[in-house]
Amino acid sequence: MGLLTPELLANIGKAAAPRTEVVTRRDIRKYAIATNQRQRKYLDGDEAPPLYHVALFWDVVELNELNPDGVSIDKLLPKFPLERAMAGGLNISYHSKIRPGDVLVGHRTLTDIYEKEGRSGPLIFYEVVLKVQREDGSPVITEKTTRLLR
Amino acid sequence: MTALPKPGDSLPERTHKPDNVQLFFYNAALWNAHRIHFDLPYATDVEGYPGLVIAGPLMGDWLGQCVDDWLGENGVLLNLEYSNRGAAYIGETLTAGGEVKTLDAATGEATLDLFIRNAAGAVITPGKALVRFALAGA
Repeated sequence: MGLLTPELLANIGKAAAPRTEVVTRRDIRKYAIATNQRQRKYLDGDEAPPLYHVALFWDVVELNELNPDGVSIDKLLPKFPLERAMAGGLNISYHSKIRPGDVLVGHRTLTDIYEKEGRSGPLIFYEVVLKVQREDGSPVITEKTTRLLR
Repeated sequence: MTALPKPGDSLPERTHKPDNVQLFFYNAALWNAHRIHFDLPYATDVEGYPGLVIAGPLMGDWLGQCVDDWLGENGVLLNLEYSNRGAAYIGETLTAGGEVKTLDAATGEATLDLFIRNAAGAVITPGKALVRFALAGA
């Protein structure tokens, strides 16, 4: 144990600048087709399917912001002493439906960093919470991502 | 209003066999340029994978569809969680499914266990969901 320095742990609570996105029928349709949806309301873009916000709030980065492996550099995260990304998980709470024309604001916060001893060495876990809200602050989706580095 | 489900009820299973075109569309919809999803020489020679890797959140979406298709207009999805534990590759056939674990008849809330299973029978993406059924007269 002991990979996590006080400097690294001081990043807990760090928040990214809020991002505002406009939901379009075209983007919902593309997402629904790409995921092999069967429900007409999603394929027609009348309503967004449950995981659509994953695409809506994926970072739109420029080509020079990509690592050689094509992964975008997440500026919310510090440089971790372990770099090999292993399993990841999502926990998503739904508060209201997403429809074309909605203006949504995403707030991302690094909420936790912790270490565990795995079978083949130490593991670092971190958690990022994405709160998706309407412009008046009413909640739409709360998502917690947990990622594991070895 | 249809009858409430019972613990032990299975959700209808659905198989997915994504190809390069679907995986391309999916990652394009996200703006995800991770080479392991489209650059076969990179995925195999540099990262050591046996093929092009199916995106983890795409399997999460299939769990969402499994629940949402089963619910129809009878209820709403309140919470979904999943964990990408194992990788899957283009060419594989994957099955999404689940089972009702608990039902609270007073609130109409049910908990579900979900899975994405590969052809070898291994659960590579386990998940859970909380749903609420509309109650008669509610």
